[in-house]
Parts: sequence; C-alpha cells; structure tokens
Amino acid sequence: MMKSKKKSIWVFGDYRNYYQNRVTLQLLSKAVDLAQTINAEVCALIFGHEIDEWIMEYTAHGADRILAIDDPALKSYSTERYLAIIENLAKERDPEIILIGATDFGREFAPRLAKRLKTGLSADCVGLDISQDGLLLQIAPSFGGNMLAEIVTEFHRPQMATVRPGTFKEIPHNYTRKALVERLPLMKKLPKSRVRLVEYERSVEKEHTIENASVIVCGGRGMGNKEKFKKLHDLAKLLGGDVGATRPVVYAEWADHGALVGQAGKHIKPKILFSFGISGAIQHTAGLGEADFIIAINKNPQATMMKMADVAIVADASDVLKTLIKELKKRIRE
Amino acid sequence: MLNLVVCLKQVPMVTELPWDEKTGTLRRDLAAGMMNPACKHALEAALQIKEKFSAKITAITMGPPASEEVLREALALGADEGILICDKLLAGSDTYVTSLILTAAIKRECPKFDLILCGAYTADSETAQVGPQLAEELDLPAAAYVEKLEIHGRILRVRRLVDNFRETLEMEFPALVTVSMENYKPRYTELMGLEKAFVENDVIVLGAAALGINASLFKNKGSRTKVRKVFLRKAQKENVILQGTASAVVTEFLNKYQRKISTAIGKSIEEKKLNDEE
Repeated sequence: MMKSKKKSIWVFGDYRNYYQNRVTLQLLSKAVDLAQTINAEVCALIFGHEIDEWIMEYTAHGADRILAIDDPALKSYSTERYLAIIENLAKERDPEIILIGATDFGREFAPRLAKRLKTGLSADCVGLDISQDGLLLQIAPSFGGNMLAEIVTEFHRPQMATVRPGTFKEIPHNYTRKALVERLPLMKKLPKSRVRLVEYERSVEKEHTIENASVIVCGGRGMGNKEKFKKLHDLAKLLGGDVGATRPVVYAEWADHGALVGQAGKHIKPKILFSFGISGAIQHTAGLGEADFIIAINKNPQATMMKMADVAIVADASDVLKTLIKELKKRIRE
Repeated sequence: MLNLVVCLKQVPMVTELPWDEKTGTLRRDLAAGMMNPACKHALEAALQIKEKFSAKITAITMGPPASEEVLREALALGADEGILICDKLLAGSDTYVTSLILTAAIKRECPKFDLILCGAYTADSETAQVGPQLAEELDLPAAAYVEKLEIHGRILRVRRLVDNFRETLEMEFPALVTVSMENYKPRYTELMGLEKAFVENDVIVLGAAALGINASLFKNKGSRTKVRKVFLRKAQKENVILQGTASAVVTEFLNKYQRKISTAIGKSIEEKKLNDEE
C-alpha cells in the first residue's frame, strides 16, 4: 500500500485564476503551520491538464507531497469528476484535514465532498488553529460577520474547512524546495459530468459580486436625490469598487435591489467602505460586520453610522462626494 | 406539469440575537423571524417559472413551530403546498443532518420533483452548504449561485458568475439550483393574500418519526460539526472626526489615508512631491 503512516493535511489546488487567486498558496502556508503542531505532512492536490507549473509552484510554497493527475479529461474544472477522484483518494489514504479555498468553486464543491466523505465542514473560515485536544479549530463568521463561531469536527475524519481568500499570508516561494510528487493515473470509472458547460468566458473587466468587492461605496437617503446618488457610481468606478444602498434608497428606486446591503440584502466585507448619507439603522449595519475600514460622511455627527466609523466626516455627503471625485481624478496613477 | 420544490429557511431578525450560552447555538425560539433573503429570491425564481409553465410549487422548511410563517408567506405568494419539518430532536442540526432530513421529506412528500430551488446562502450561518449537500444526498446534477434559469423541455439552462467566469450550464431534470440575490427581485406580499393563506391552506407538519429518522442519529452523532463557542466580534475603530468645508476635509482625509487607500484599490493616490526625482 502507498498509504503513508504520517498524518496528512491536504490542500486542494484551486489553480484557476492563479495570478489573482492566491488562496491555495495561503492555505499551504497555514497548513505548514498546522502540520508542525500535529506532526503531519502537507499534501497538495492538483487535477487538470498540463499542470507542471502548479506542481512547481505548490512545491515552492510549502507542499511536502503532491498528488497529481494530469489528463486531458480534466482540462476544465468539474465538480462531479473532482468529487469522484478525491473520494477515492481520501478513502485510500485517510487525510486528517482537507482545506479548500472559499472561492465560488470551493464553496460549491466542498459541501458535496464533505457529504460524500460523511464528515463535517465549516464554511468561509477566517481563522484556523489546533485546539488543546488536537482538533482543527475552525473560526467562521456568521450574522454578517457580527459574530464568530468556533467549530470543531470531533468524531469524523477528515476535518474539513473552506477558508476565505486573503485570510493567511503565503510563504515566499523557494524553488529549491523538494516535494514527493506522485503522478497518479486517472481513475478508470470516471463518472460522466451531468452538468454541461455550454459557454463560458472570463470577464474582461474585473467583474465581481458586491459580496466580494474590496471597495464599496454605499449611499443612503442623505444623498438628497436620485441624480446625486448616481454620482456614487463615479467614485466606485474610480476606486474599482461597487455601489451599495440602504433600503429606503432601493424603495425610492435610486438603486437596484441587487445593491441592497443589510439584513434583507447582501452582507459585505470590503477593505474600505465609504458610507454617504447613511444614518445607520440596524437593518443596514447588520450587513457591515466585516467591513475593515469605514469612512462615514454625514451632516449629523450623532448618526450611528458616524459612531461606528473609523473616519467620520461631518459635512454634506453630496458635496464631499463631488470634491472627492475631483481630487481622486487628479491623484490616481496606475 | 413541472414539479418544483423550494427550500426555505426562517432566519432571526438581527435586532435581537438570543444565544444559548451552554450549547453555543441560537435560541431560535426566542428570536423574531423572517424569510431568509436568498430564499425569497429562490421562491421568486420558482414563481416566475410557474407563470410561464404549468407548475406546482411545494415549499419546505425545517425549524421551530414559528417557521410555519415562512410557509404561509410562500403560499400567499403563489406556492401550492407547504411542508413544515418540526421536531425538538432536530434542534441544532448542522448542514450534514439538515440535508439528510430535507432529503427524507422530499422523498416522502414529492418524490417526483423536477427541480429543487434553494437560496444560495442564509443570513444567519451563511454556510451555503445545505443546497450542495442536498444535491449530493439526492444524487442530482446541480449548480450554485445561479442568476438566471431557462427551461427547454426537460433541459434546465442556467447562467451564473463564478470566480470571474460567466458560465452557461445545462443539465437534465431532475436537478437542483441555489439561487443568488443578483436577479429575481422578490415580489411584495399582499396583506390580504397573507391573511387568506393563513385561513385557507393547510400546512403539512412532519416530525422525525414520520420521516423514519432514527433518534440515535441525533444524540450528538448525527451532526458532524460542533460549535464550541460563539462570540461577538468587537472591531477596534479609530473614530477620527474630520470637520470643515468639503475641500478641506477631502484634502485632509486623502493626505492622512493615502497609503491605506492606495493599497486597497491597487493604484497609487499618493501625492507627488514637487521635488520628486524620477
């Protein structure tokens, strides 16, 4: 048997969008950490076609072992095929932990894998650790990030988590590192994919959903009217971000329903949030628990939104918006 | 006729969040509830299918007795049948067990379904796991984060944006989708319709026993994950206050935070000094 005696921490190689999506490298780095604590090896999984580049990269970023399947049949991502492959491998080798990046693909794939392996999974973790009793401690946000939960999988293996991109720092690459690369054949009874990819295109412009945007410009009734509200899009465009809105603004049709942020709408987690003319009712702030840095602009310094901001600018929201756009146009350099 | 199943969840409104400190789970019996926003979008997608084709919509939820409200809301909006899975035994179930139980209910009450629609994620635990795990349990082709659905005979065609790819996918019925909040703006519930739904329609209530689910499954063995602790995230905010004319505050703000903003947007907004050398 090829079964290794040492415990193993598996990291799913999510190599699509490699240059923007560094989550696999970030997970490898954390896995190296965890592996030291529980005396395990770090093993990267790579399934695809012409994957030598990823084998090299994951080795350089901390993998001790690589399980690679290189086959034209795996040219594009397929949930159903990857499921069958990993199910097989996991049953044969009993990994202690499987970590998967919380990309859209990972968020859809991991729950099915956990179900198939009859084990637990925590979603979109923002922290991982080893508990005193040797379990993987999974820190996951809930209620729009206003709460954090510590989750463990006590009695089932592997322990599984998806981890939000950007949570951990990758180890700088070291191309002299060596890993044990196992090139495995494609399983014989590979299932046919029942979901057919009819068309796909990479979005030319950096498209994202507001849930993933790193800069968000939110506006409320304090913007005054629809015309002035629309100017928020100019600022968002300059900053490469998205526009969010409060409920009254969506009702007044200054913004689409898709822009609604809060209890009844989206939960957001931007690095920078501009909040223009928003008082800060709980129905809105419920969606802001994970905004890193908040700049609120409001005439009323007593507004809740102003009190929960990192920077509170006491002024007319629309005036500040206009001036900010003008100033940024002068300053932004690519 | 198309047989549609919509899975709904009642989530607590954020104004009050009573946690059970001992078990680390939410005291759902104490919180005022509402229909989870993404579930509303899934229901809306089902209602739009029903407007175009001949279809029957079965709404299913699992939760405490009060979650019957979301079924009544669904019935008022146009769903045909409501199923409430309600049993103390099921309290605190994780997604592994929840998808198991939903499967049992679907197999019992609507085994001839064509399409199951779920919200992409819930506003409370936000795992986005129940939909995909239900697909796995029922062995269905599935797609998550769907923005648009089209039906051509027995073929379901969906569009979605995932990881910067715009995808069009096709699969045959029976299938499962989780619906995102990008499209399918939920319609408004008329109060009259809601009242009527409370009087006229019956909701089927099922307990664990009726679903043939073994009690031993729930003595902490069913759920794979355990929440050890839940805590409030207290962010440390700087709360710097800037006051003055628009141009004065903007200049002050940009000068003070230019580095932070440059990092976040991936472009420099740092002011060039006049005597900067190339």
